[in-house]
This record gives sequence, C-alpha cells and structure tokens, in this order.
Amino acid sequence: MKQGSLIHRVYNFYREGFSSMDIGRVLWVVVLVKLFIIFIVLRIFFFPDTLKEKAGKGNEAEYVSGQIIQQL
Amino acid sequence: MTDFLLSTGLEAVNWSRAQFALTAVYHWLFVPLTLGLALIMGIMETCYYRTGSTFWKDTARFWQKLFGINFAMGVATGIILEFEFGTNWSNYSWLVGDVFGAPLAIEGIVAFFLEATFVGVMFFGWDKVSKRFHLASTWLTGIGATISAWWILVANAWMQYPVGQAFNPDTMRCEMTSFSQVALSPFAIDKFVHTVISAWIIGAIFVAAVSCYYLYRRQKSGGAGDGERDVAVQSFKIAAIVGLVSSVLVMISGDESGYRVAKCQPMKLAAMEALYNGGNGVSLTGVALINPFEQPDYISGKEPPMKIAVPKMLSVLATRSLDGYVPGINDLIQGGYKLPDGTIAPSLLEKTTRGTKAIEALAAYRQAKKDGDETAMEESRKVLDSNIQYFGYGYVNQAEQIVPFIPVCFWTFRLMVGLGMLFVLFFIVALFYAYKRDFTKTRWLHIAGMVMLPLGYIASEAGWLLAEFGRQPWTIQDMLPTWVAVSDINVGSVMLTFFIFLVFFTLLLIVEINIMCKAIKRGPAFSRVAK
Repeated sequence: MKQGSLIHRVYNFYREGFSSMDIGRVLWVVVLVKLFIIFIVLRIFFFPDTLKEKAGKGNEAEYVSGQIIQQL
Repeated sequence: MTDFLLSTGLEAVNWSRAQFALTAVYHWLFVPLTLGLALIMGIMETCYYRTGSTFWKDTARFWQKLFGINFAMGVATGIILEFEFGTNWSNYSWLVGDVFGAPLAIEGIVAFFLEATFVGVMFFGWDKVSKRFHLASTWLTGIGATISAWWILVANAWMQYPVGQAFNPDTMRCEMTSFSQVALSPFAIDKFVHTVISAWIIGAIFVAAVSCYYLYRRQKSGGAGDGERDVAVQSFKIAAIVGLVSSVLVMISGDESGYRVAKCQPMKLAAMEALYNGGNGVSLTGVALINPFEQPDYISGKEPPMKIAVPKMLSVLATRSLDGYVPGINDLIQGGYKLPDGTIAPSLLEKTTRGTKAIEALAAYRQAKKDGDETAMEESRKVLDSNIQYFGYGYVNQAEQIVPFIPVCFWTFRLMVGLGMLFVLFFIVALFYAYKRDFTKTRWLHIAGMVMLPLGYIASEAGWLLAEFGRQPWTIQDMLPTWVAVSDINVGSVMLTFFIFLVFFTLLLIVEINIMCKAIKRGPAFSRVAK
C-alpha cells in the first residue's frame, strides 16, 4: 500500500481508531463470535435455501405453484 | 392458551411463526435505541459545534459510546430474519421476491453503506477530521439508520397493504408495477412516521434513565462527581424535550395509523378493540375483562365484561365521524354492510368462493400452459384476474381462521397506548423539574426515570406485537395465509432452531446488557480542559 494514498490513510484511520478503543475488546469478541455463529454455523447448517433444495434452479415457479395449488 | 400456541396439523407454521417472532422481538431491542440515540447525540454534538464547549464534546462522545455498544450488539440480528424467509417461508419468499428486491437492495446498498461509512468517522474521527465534517458524519449516521428503517418498513407495510403490484401466474410472483406506490404507500408512510418517532421516545427514555441513574448514584454516594452530574443534568434536559415532543407526535401519528388500519385492515381494528358486533357511533374501549390466554366467544356477540368505554370515540378514530360505521368481527365475517365507497361488503363465504375460483383458475392456467392451449390460458387468466383480490380466502375453511388472537391484540394495544400516555406525563413532569426546580436531589424522579426504561421497551415491543398479531393469518393481506406461505419442511428442524435461538439470544442479551451496564457505570470520560 502506497504511503499517503487515500487507501493507506483510510486504513490508518480505522487501525488507529480500533486500537484506541477503550470499551472495545470484549464487545468486539462478542460481535465476532456472534457473526461467526450467524453466518457460518446457522446459515450453513441450519438455514438452507428450501427452494433451491426442493425445486432446483429454474423450477421455482413450478414448485411454488404446486405447493400453492395443492393446498386448496 | 392452546388456541394461542398450537393448532393441530399446523405445527410447522406455528413454530415458524414463533421463531420469526422471537427473532424480530430480539432485533427490535436494538433498532429503536439506535434511531433514538442518533437524534439525541446529534443534538448534543450540534451544541458542541455551536458553542465550542468541551463539556458538550465530552457529553456527545459519551452518548456516542453507548450508541456504539448498542449498534455493535444489534449488528446482523436482522439478517437472521432473511435466513428464516428462505428456509421456513420459501413459498412466501418466492411470491414477494420481485416486490421486496428493490427496497431491500436500496436498504442494503444506500442506507447501510451510508450508515457504516459515517459511523466509523463518528467514532474514530474526533480530532482527526474537522468539527463540521464530524458533525455531518454524526447526523448522517442517524439519517442512514433512519433511511434503512424506511425501506424495511416499506417492505413490512406492503405485506399489510399490497399495492403497486400484479400477480403473474407464469412466474408465480407478485411483480412490482409501480415503485412509487410501493415506496410511498400511505400505509408505509404512517408506519415509518409512527415507528421512527416511537424510537425517538426510546432514545429519550434511555438518556433520561441513565442520567437519573447518575443523579441517584451521586446522591447515594454523598455528592461526588460534579462532571458526571453536569452531563446528567444537561442530558436529562435534552431528553425531556425530545421525549415530550416525540410522545405528543407519536400520539398524532398513532391516530393516523389507527385510521389507516380501519380502512385497510378492519379485522385488526375489530380484534384490538374486541369489537364483535359493529355499528354506527361505536365507543372506544378503555379497558375490559378479556382473558389474556383464551380466544373470547365473539360469535355470540356478547360484549366483554367490565367494559369501560368512551362513547363514539372508535367511530371518530376509524371514520373521522361521530356516527361513522365500524364493522365488528361478526360483521366482517357476515358482510352485508355498506362500505365507504357505497358498495356492499362481501361475506366471508363470498370471498372464499371467489378465492377458490382464483386458485382453480391458476391451476387451470398452469395446466393450459403446459398443454400449450392458449385459449384456455386466456380464459383462466380472466377468471384469475377478476378474483385475485380474494385469492387468499380460497384457503380459508372456517371463519375462525381469519380472526386474529383477540387477547394479544386487545392487551398489546392498551399496553402501548397506556404507556404512551404515561410517557407524556413523565416527560411533562421531567421538563418542569428540569427547568423550574433543582432535580438533582429529587430521588423519586430519579427512580421514576429508571423505571421508565423497561416500560419504554415494553411499549415498543407491544406495538410490534399488535401490528403483527393483528394481521394474522395474512403474510400478504388477503393474498397469502401463513399456512400456505410456510415451506414444506420438517417441523423438528424448525423446533430445533427455535430453541437454538432462544438459548443464543438469551446468552447474547445477558452478555450485551452486561457490557452496556459496565460502560454506563464507568460514566463519561472528561477532557483535561473541561474544568
């Protein structure tokens, strides 16, 4: 990263900001654990895309119409 | 209680609803404080910008710190709702995808990035960027959060008042026909105004409660900490003004919301009023003895016991006329009354007949399409289009399916309105003491201020419970009931994730409240020159 460039300055801005936080440590650990659980554990293992699994790509309309019509 | 929790044969839908409600309630713990504190810290930093006083700088920074904790704690809690849409509500998700795509994309791209960019400058930019740019960043953080709320509320409002769309039987989607009708629907505007202003009340209550805590603590410890006292006093004054103005505005916007509900969702209004048989010049129920755990016998039309009511007030609220007609639950089921446009309201039986026709026409259309029979397609399309407004009623077999759980609607409405009135009273007293008396030693006021905090959250959550329970059984009003919207999934997996969330959210909340309390106990930090 080029010294004095905009990206470098923005990077330094946030790096200094995070390192000077006085309440951040535990909070950020909690946030990171939470994000890991939400996006990795829950999303991958517990929240599959039902339509993708059951209908397959391109057949969603047919699948949903079947679901909706058969409940009459 | 069994009415409320379970319904034989519909377990997956009930567990999916419970899971969605749990997630939404948890998510809504953070949003109102973000919106409310954004306004108050913006005002405080503006005081700093105008006066140059380090006191205001320290005060603004302190509240920004608490805002930051709440902001970090709330991050991504709303995303879980989207996961649930894809897994538990896939039929619904497919149907609404085209309408929700644009508002949610704008929410994600414009509002979130605006919020995320400027929140960094607000936290880390003190003494690094100019005062003016920092102030702009603080306000833009709040504006970004509010715009974000706008698009989410547009999506929510659309489900309750689905305008600007047409159902396409080829794609099986509700397709947007008018972006402006969706984005600026009167239901969305009312919802946005009422929700955001109620969030300002939460912000004001939070600031008042924390300020009261410092004054209470100071008094108990014998008067130490002048800096902390000054922050508490000035913050309390601002909170009292913001709180009173917002409390009055929320009543006005609430009245407008009630009027809108009466027009678009009369069953919700009838349920929240426990109005079984309607009429002209209907009274507004103040309180009545409704068993909170059991659906009352609305069919008999017998009024609930111990009813205290304000004469004609419901007609005024719902029709803006002293003798306006307000339909009750039984009227909505039986139909036959005159609508404001002069037509006669159809009965549930007529609606279900037309809904059934619409679904059968859809089935015929899809079959004709497969067979390549264009004439049959055209004919069934005509039948579908002429009955589409009652599509969802085709799935209704019994009248009780379209009646929301009355006790929840009835009591959450009274909780929300009753607490709203209490907040007006509290902020009037707070304002009087803040400007006319030395309130640093009025211990009862400090305790009252702290008590307001949980009450504020109860009122806020009650408002959402009313909005969402009241629209049952519709995920999309009159179009898609919950039991059709839900995915064909194993109930066990939904139950499992429900309990995972229950444990996960409870643990997170304990940790998060703990972090917030520690930051509050530590109090504001003062600049060396701020003597």
